[in-house]
Amino acid sequence: MATVELTFSALPAHVRTARLVATAIARRTGVAEALLDEVRLAVGEACSRAVEAHRVHCPGEPIRIELRDDSGRFEVTVTDSAPNDDLQSPSGTANGFISTPAAAEGVFGIVPEMPGLGIAVIAGLADDVEVSPGPTGVRIRMSWPAATPNGVPAH
Amino acid sequence: MDLKLDHRTEDRLTVVDVEGEIDVYTAPRLRELLIDLVNKGNFHLLVNMEKVDFLDSTGLGVLVGGLKRVRAHDGSLELVCTQERILKIFRITGLTKVFGIYASVDEAKEAHGRDK
Repeated sequence: MATVELTFSALPAHVRTARLVATAIARRTGVAEALLDEVRLAVGEACSRAVEAHRVHCPGEPIRIELRDDSGRFEVTVTDSAPNDDLQSPSGTANGFISTPAAAEGVFGIVPEMPGLGIAVIAGLADDVEVSPGPTGVRIRMSWPAATPNGVPAH
Repeated sequence: MDLKLDHRTEDRLTVVDVEGEIDVYTAPRLRELLIDLVNKGNFHLLVNMEKVDFLDSTGLGVLVGGLKRVRAHDGSLELVCTQERILKIFRITGLTKVFGIYASVDEAKEAHGRDK
């Protein structure tokens, strides 16, 4: 069961809020301090990607982020609702980069110079990443080791 | 924290001081400033990132876009950054090979002066 679920409108301003919430829960879950910057950046990248995709395809739909700590790891799943027929790989891991220039320019409107960079950064930050493109959106799941399962501090 | 931007031109080098977080929300402001500077004939830019708390791929894209613009005018866009948390994202993406990265504004100015 997810510890925290958050939905937010596809507005760039909300990405910072999502980063802050994820980092706070990661800290509480016992993710090492040295990894918190990685969590913050990776969650930000996933949410930024989702916001850009929604702004192009479905600006009225919210983005969902789930933060779980019940598997001995801190797990974050960011799910968008934007059609992603521009994704080359039907399913797979972080190697499923967006590769069609025209489509990528739409999805990554703000960084047309470097499409797919956000997912590349996530892949470089989290040791466990799964990018699952589907017909109704992309799900990015990533996790980090947590020292205190279920967020209960060790005594 | 929001993004604060300032700039000053010394000799032929324009130093852009950036403070705060560069992300999908704030990066457009940095992009607008870089475009404006280039449009006004400033082709040698030094982005001082010593007070940047957070940088994501959106910010990287803006810096790469700025680099492309100044290079079209035989210019340069280099960075000042010593923060490990920021440098890490440049290393992950291989962009340490694309940008000149200096430890201080003075060091960058010195190198820029030698290259003139």
